[in-house]
Amino acid sequence: MKKLIVAFLLAAAPVLGLAAGGGAHLDKANIDLGDKASLQRGAKLFVNYCLSCHSAKYQRYNRMAKDLGMTEEEVKENLMFTTDKIGDTMQIAMAEEDAAAWFGTAPPDLSVITRARGVDWIYTYLRSFYLDESRPFGVNNVVFPDVGMPNVLWQLQGSQRAVFQDHDGQKVFEKFELVDPGTMSPEQFDGAVRDLTAFLSYVGEPIQMERKRLGVWVLLFIAVFFVFAYMLKKEYWKDVH
Amino acid sequence: MSTMKNMVDWIDERFPLTKVWNEHLAQYYAPKNFNFWYFMGSLAMLVLVNQILTGIWLAMSYKPDADLAFGSVEYIMRDVDWGWLIRYLHSTGASAFFIVIYLHMFRGLIYGSYRKPRELLWIIGVIIYLAMMATAFFGYLLPWGQMSYWGAQVIVNLFSAVPVVGEELGVWIRGDYVISDATLNRFFALHFLLPFLLAALVFVHIVALHKVGSNNPDGIEIKKGLKGNKWSDSAPADGIPFHPYYSVKDIAGVAGFLFLFAAAVFFAPEMGGYFIEHPNFEPANPLKTPEHIAPVWYFTPFYAILRAVPSIAGSAFPGVVAMGASIVIMFFLPWLDRSPVKSIRYKGPIFKIAIAIFVVAFIMLGYLGTQPTTDLYKLLAQIGTVAYFLFFLLMPIYSKLDKTKPVPERVTK
Repeated sequence: MKKLIVAFLLAAAPVLGLAAGGGAHLDKANIDLGDKASLQRGAKLFVNYCLSCHSAKYQRYNRMAKDLGMTEEEVKENLMFTTDKIGDTMQIAMAEEDAAAWFGTAPPDLSVITRARGVDWIYTYLRSFYLDESRPFGVNNVVFPDVGMPNVLWQLQGSQRAVFQDHDGQKVFEKFELVDPGTMSPEQFDGAVRDLTAFLSYVGEPIQMERKRLGVWVLLFIAVFFVFAYMLKKEYWKDVH
Repeated sequence: MSTMKNMVDWIDERFPLTKVWNEHLAQYYAPKNFNFWYFMGSLAMLVLVNQILTGIWLAMSYKPDADLAFGSVEYIMRDVDWGWLIRYLHSTGASAFFIVIYLHMFRGLIYGSYRKPRELLWIIGVIIYLAMMATAFFGYLLPWGQMSYWGAQVIVNLFSAVPVVGEELGVWIRGDYVISDATLNRFFALHFLLPFLLAALVFVHIVALHKVGSNNPDGIEIKKGLKGNKWSDSAPADGIPFHPYYSVKDIAGVAGFLFLFAAAVFFAPEMGGYFIEHPNFEPANPLKTPEHIAPVWYFTPFYAILRAVPSIAGSAFPGVVAMGASIVIMFFLPWLDRSPVKSIRYKGPIFKIAIAIFVVAFIMLGYLGTQPTTDLYKLLAQIGTVAYFLFFLLMPIYSKLDKTKPVPERVTK
């Protein structure tokens, strides 16, 4: 019986392996949420480059201060530009209608964007803008074609050109070529985007590190409990056998 | 001790406390040869209690309002003390409930637990399964994410595919022409109500079970066999008191289950997009249809059946009928099986092959239901659908043809 089931599952395995890929190739973000310095650098990039158009309206400043190992004063002085109340969430001043008029669509709230898109997507997307004269802001994106967003990190990254190859009449992305260097080297820039991605991942679920830390203890407790429960069962069942 | 006894006596004169305790626990004789599969019933009750308790606490902070729902879930995740844990216990519990119930149903299938005299027990079980599906469906709209919204849209549109009255029916269910605030409000009301009906149905399920007695992996009726065991002269020889033997065994089972459950809650609450779908972290947007709409995993086998059936004259109704039939057919199972034996242990090779094909078809349909349709996938879904139905429809024939083994008098170890 069991052998039969296994045989059938194996027969079906190639079918199950056909999972469709789709979309652009994504680079691994390799973020480290235990690295507070990385998260703080990411927070700084976020408030400086993202938080004028994108809100993170479920993230509170004081929660961020606590979780990222900063004092409330440090956050107030360096990271809070849109409010003076530390208990506020990361809102923006831009009205949604204006935003829609300027960019074609209102920039989405980024509170849970890493949970919707995945960290690898964010990491790759932010590094995949290339020069394209046909677009309103002069740039396009390999991961999100014809996106309404300009390359806000261009000063850091510089400008890059995308090289496409022709595959049976289809344009297939091959690589980027740096046209104008930015203030950061490509390695530095990748690191900065990694910090920003890590911060967005933190914002997506502020409790996640604590959740995993607690989980270890919960599993240990249940494991010990199981041993006692099993011994109790053995003891009682001596009557039955 | 005598105060305790006095108290119990006082209650017994007014309520059959000791009688109920004995009849359903201390002197309820269950077969002594239960195996792994028999943990699922008690685990299903545990998960139901988990869902009701966490659900009530979620409802204390959740707002069933199209403008506020998505944000109120994030509020629970961030600002409510332990809200994240309560929410993950609930969202993971939904999937755990279906995993446990699918294993519970499979147990019934392989050991013939639906056969006489347990036909009604099985039917009540299928009704519970239907109530569960309805509860899960209503609940999935509440986070008001993109998959909540478009998943509900797809399912309600199934009702709209009914000829003649379909359009009206769809509007009646939604309370609007599209899924909207009105729909969210009524789904919340129903999602809150149904679990209590579910609990009542579980009670009826257990009453029916204790009337006929539990089946076992050998499919032997212990009540009809030899009498007398070390606890009672009139009880079945192969029976043991449920309490304490199965109560302590179930505690160990609960611990084993909780280990896996907690591992999911604390380390993989999204389960790679299967327990919580990634697009559901985007707020519902009636103007933006997602490229690919997939229901949560526990509905996907039936969704695959729906999509496998070709439309007739532009109407998806045949698919809807097939999907409905795939569940309704379960009600008839007790009368489809004509085998002289109950358990797979004494059934012949034809049944073993049939159930293996059925399991593969069900899992394959479940996978296909999560994927966008391609020509190959559609063909596979059609093959899976045919296999699913043939398992039931041909059962009266193959269960009779099958070579069975003799069933022993007493249960085996």
